[in-house]
Amino acid sequence: MKIAPKKVKMPRQKPKVRVTNFNEVALGYTKEQAQQEARRCLQCKKAPCIKACPVEIDIPSFIAKIAEKDYRGAIRKIKEANLLPAMCGRVCPQEGLCEKACILSKKYEPVAIGRLERFVADWEIQKGSPESSSLPSSTGKRVAIIGSGPGSLSCAGDLVRLGHSVTIFEALHKPGGVLVYGIPEFRLPKAIVGREVEYIRSLGVEVKTGYVIGNIYTLDELFSQGYDAIFIGIGAGLPKFMDIPGENLNGVYSANEFLTRTNLMKAYLFPQYDTPIKIGKRVAVIGGGNVAMDASRVALRLGAQKVFNIYRRSPQEMPARVEEVQNAKDEGVEFKFLTNPARILGNKEDWVTGIECIKMELGEPDESGRRRPIPIKGSEFIIGVDIVVMAIGAGANPLLPSATPDLKVNKWGYIVIDETSGKTSKESVWAGGDIVSGAATVISAMASGRRSARAIHQYLMKALQPRDFS
Amino acid sequence: MYKILNKQDLGPSIKEFLISSPEIARKAQPGQFVVVIIDERGERIPLTIADYEREKGTITIVVQEAGKTTYQLGGLNSGDTLFDVIGPLGIPTHIENKGTIVCVGGGVGIAPIYPVARGFKEFGNKVISIIGARTKELVIWEDKIASVSDEVYITTDDGSYGRKGFVSDELQRLIKGKKEFALVFAVGPTLMMRAVSEVTRPYKLRTIVSLNPIMVDATGMCGACRVSVGGKTKFVCVDGPDFDGHQVDFDQLLSRQRIYLQEEKKALQSCDSANKHSRIK
Repeated sequence: MKIAPKKVKMPRQKPKVRVTNFNEVALGYTKEQAQQEARRCLQCKKAPCIKACPVEIDIPSFIAKIAEKDYRGAIRKIKEANLLPAMCGRVCPQEGLCEKACILSKKYEPVAIGRLERFVADWEIQKGSPESSSLPSSTGKRVAIIGSGPGSLSCAGDLVRLGHSVTIFEALHKPGGVLVYGIPEFRLPKAIVGREVEYIRSLGVEVKTGYVIGNIYTLDELFSQGYDAIFIGIGAGLPKFMDIPGENLNGVYSANEFLTRTNLMKAYLFPQYDTPIKIGKRVAVIGGGNVAMDASRVALRLGAQKVFNIYRRSPQEMPARVEEVQNAKDEGVEFKFLTNPARILGNKEDWVTGIECIKMELGEPDESGRRRPIPIKGSEFIIGVDIVVMAIGAGANPLLPSATPDLKVNKWGYIVIDETSGKTSKESVWAGGDIVSGAATVISAMASGRRSARAIHQYLMKALQPRDFS
Repeated sequence: MYKILNKQDLGPSIKEFLISSPEIARKAQPGQFVVVIIDERGERIPLTIADYEREKGTITIVVQEAGKTTYQLGGLNSGDTLFDVIGPLGIPTHIENKGTIVCVGGGVGIAPIYPVARGFKEFGNKVISIIGARTKELVIWEDKIASVSDEVYITTDDGSYGRKGFVSDELQRLIKGKKEFALVFAVGPTLMMRAVSEVTRPYKLRTIVSLNPIMVDATGMCGACRVSVGGKTKFVCVDGPDFDGHQVDFDQLLSRQRIYLQEEKKALQSCDSANKHSRIK
């Protein structure tokens, strides 16, 4: 059979329409489209895609099931390895993982693994309540999980399916972590996140929101309440600023604030929802990652007439997914590459009026392997804007580590772990996700959650001697 | 859900709530705050814990109706519930035995000085409290403050109660007329905290202010509450709320507190046109 060289295209909202709403941009495959795409899979015996998947989904098997129209079988196959497929199908950077490894990609476009994963996950959601897996009898062991982002949810899902009792403590008032406060509705609908969290709950995981661990309870207090092990998946929740003049002017947001107001607090529905957000006429978003793309696209949807994305390197060095950059371009975001902000300008009332930038050129590669941007003298210029969003990354939030002196962190504040297990320096405590690695991807957080779940399970089943609390 | 066990009108538009929250009450310390969300569509507002009773499992907050959320909160009654109360947040006020402490509370900021004054008193300090408001009926918690203070001075802007003038004037008078103070602790409107800091600056009298900027998550995640202190940007939610008043850039804080004035007006209007005390469907 001749193989189609290109992926089956996924229907999407047209750029002109989608910038006027917060609905999902990509609309998902139909059954016919999914089957057509599934038939492109070569069903490799030694499938390189499986190895490239951080959670090692048996990709050829689930795709074969789709081709056979056995969608129930396909979703079961995926859920053996991944409990959150509707999310991963949407936000996983497949082009750098499974799809990059796909044999087809040597000659053609790879199989659209992510779109197929999304298709079966959505199929199951449409079918109604997801199939609940049968759980083993209780081990009597209790695990506390701090944070409810992707790493924590996958850790919780694995542990509960091994018979442990699991409680998630989330600091915000809604579970999901970055999936809820960070990633916008049009890329990952919150109803989908809600469904995945409900599924984890349906397995027996208790989710407690509004618990800032470190403050309301220390880790030691959780142990004294009877928890046998703890997983920390609190994310990289500390916004970075550039340390340039004018950053505290009114109208300067961290991407975290801009996105949290919009996504978690639903400021785009103000005043039906109480939290406001400033809607700029001209908005500058600083940074070249996925968060910067999200913030740029949110600004457009809020009603900005013009959005500039300012990035100090060239398009090749951008950490954002190619697809997201394209989405932003199609929607009208204007990119200013090789441009670095020098200061933010304000008026008498302390409101942002513009941003002064300097042109950059690329020099020798730096420690990240990317060519280092160097300012070009005398190339300063001003872009008139009324809102600036800093999307230049996030650091380690010190709240929990500072309340836990015996938890070892590195010089950037990230928790130090044993790479093979996720074990921290503190007895019976594991960690994973961005609070260990620094800002990374949903799927890598999920992989580290699974890794720690395995290690925690071994620890709980093995060690039955009483713990020393001293 | 958190249940309101008791509500009291303290004065025009000032309401006191006793909230059942055993876990927060168990951990609360003077100077800390909670984030309150009224309902599913509500904003997250930071409110200082004005009192807590560990055995009873309660915390007390005192609210002045000013914007939509506080009006809505003011309309709730004993038996009603709050969607979420999150805390305790912020670094507790540093309390030690230092000598004579002056606690200054302005307006609705009188209530939050109560646990701090109590804390200093329990540590063996002499506590002098200065409390003040615009007018007599806005002077709240006089008895409670008196119960943990060695001396209490009262001011009103219009002279309807206590001495006419500002709390900062009273502080100036006390400093000039009396002996050494080890520390001044002030809570209230930003302008008042700035005035207090300016009074003490020439005397190099250590002054701690409890800042109240706009917050969203209040756990250090968003940076909405950032303010310059000694030339460095601090996040009030996790680095504070207490800071050295002589180092705080009050102008910046005042300016940042005004970011959403237009939106706040709009929200209040949309609220007024229906019913101030109920959610518009």
